[in-house]
Amino acid sequence: MKPAKRRTLFTSALLVVCLAASVMFLRRVDQLRTNATLDVLYITSPKMVKRLSLGYDGLLADIYWTRAVQYFGSRHSEHARSYQSLYPLLEITTTLDPKLLVAYQFGANFLSPPPPHGAGVPEKAVQLVQYGIEKNPTAWKLYYDLGFIYYMELKEYEKAAEAFQKGSTIEGAHPFMKVLAAQMAQHAGDAQMARAIWTTTYETSQDKQIRANAIAHLRALKVEEDVTRIQDAVTAYGRSTGNLPAGMHTLIAAGLLPGIPIDPDGQPYKLTRGRVELANPDDFPFVTKGLPLGYVPPERKNLDKLVQ
Amino acid sequence: MNARIGHIATNTFREAVRDRVLYNLIAFAVLLSGAAIFVGQISIEIEKLVVINLGLAAVSLFGVVIAIFIGIGLVSKEIDKKTLYTVLSRPVRRWEFIVGKFFGLAGTLVVNTFLMAIGVFLALLYVAHKFEASDAQILVAVYFIVLQFFIICALALLFSSFSSPLLSAVFTFSLFIIGSFSEDLRGFATMSHGLTKWLASGAAYLVPNFSALNVISSVAHGEPVPSQVILYNTAYALTYSVMAICGAVLIFERRNLK
Repeated sequence: MKPAKRRTLFTSALLVVCLAASVMFLRRVDQLRTNATLDVLYITSPKMVKRLSLGYDGLLADIYWTRAVQYFGSRHSEHARSYQSLYPLLEITTTLDPKLLVAYQFGANFLSPPPPHGAGVPEKAVQLVQYGIEKNPTAWKLYYDLGFIYYMELKEYEKAAEAFQKGSTIEGAHPFMKVLAAQMAQHAGDAQMARAIWTTTYETSQDKQIRANAIAHLRALKVEEDVTRIQDAVTAYGRSTGNLPAGMHTLIAAGLLPGIPIDPDGQPYKLTRGRVELANPDDFPFVTKGLPLGYVPPERKNLDKLVQ
Repeated sequence: MNARIGHIATNTFREAVRDRVLYNLIAFAVLLSGAAIFVGQISIEIEKLVVINLGLAAVSLFGVVIAIFIGIGLVSKEIDKKTLYTVLSRPVRRWEFIVGKFFGLAGTLVVNTFLMAIGVFLALLYVAHKFEASDAQILVAVYFIVLQFFIICALALLFSSFSSPLLSAVFTFSLFIIGSFSEDLRGFATMSHGLTKWLASGAAYLVPNFSALNVISSVAHGEPVPSQVILYNTAYALTYSVMAICGAVLIFERRNLK
């Protein structure tokens, strides 16, 4: 073999070996620095980031929005209880591009629900959406989001009504905004009102995740209504007979129920020692009634596994 | 434009193409296709925005780099290779040489930008499956980017006419950075008093205002750019470029080439 050819072969082999070794070392570093890049915000001042963007603020906003989504996604999948960098990431995103409506809408959705479904900071969600309204006064959906947070998370019904009312006056607003504003005074806190809000969420969003979330909440509302109704029948039976009903058939025979009640999945509810329970509670993540005694939701089970 | 300027411009364009300047289009294509395909999987509802923002930012940055690194060598390279003496020994005036060089580089950037803009629209079509009327505003942003290139080419030529390539690159790049902060400079001027106010105002008007020529974010949201803004930005960029070229001609006319 000629020396030149030998040199070429040796250099090529060395190149490949070094490339493989560098990948191996980097993977080792990644293992040692789990989530290091996701959790670290090198510059926390939104104004400073905007200045440093050199006019490419739109692109940087897209990058920060992607970081916020990735951060929320990774923390959510770990069933985290704290989302420390979420609001700063959203603040930087919206300062860089105040017209990025998706950041306000999804951002509020990430911030407001209590853990593990969200960051559990509805006040920050309100702050974010109010900034969005200030920058995009004609975006009626932001008023809807604001009303939604006030109603669902903060239970401040007057403020929710005010937000729906203001949003309903904007050109192109969904007609249901007026209905929500009008019904708020009469039905604040009712399941009927909650159903109306989740239905509007489902109808006005094109996003699969938001629609799936709305369906999950609507299913939970249906279950809670059913459980309350059946539990009332159980109480009425106990008052009149002094005994607990043996099963659903007893209640039907007593004329307290028209037939075997079924959940939204078509499964019959169970009656255990006077308690109404869901057959498959894991399929209804937002339900608070009808859960078996000592029931642990799936995410809690996973969290326990992590702790062990 | 006289024939001599045309010849110098054509040769400058050919030389840039021979220097494989248009190879940047490959990197651009890879970047844009990657963004178009993968962003949807790692983010939410911003696929179209990313294609526009990333595409136009890449058009702008690639162009700025080309304008600076070719612009700074336009005069010095000719002096180093002694080809300038051959050119000037013919009936070519020094100002014609400078103006020809400017048009050659500007032409290279216009062709490069045109090809990149086609790439942006193709990526947009891939992501959105159709064009909307508001997408036409992207053309305005591309046009403003081209106007930025004219200013940078003229500045690179101005610095190239009296200093070394390295210093020219530093000066031009610094002016690009300062020009991107010109709105802040103006804000500083309005907040100051007395002599500082005058100096800051003077500096704010002297450095090129690149932020006025940056409408990428607003066109990404489909916002229309008023025709008055297009008109006055065009007038501003052209007058500023002519001013810088005049400076380059004045210096080059007096430069001792012996």
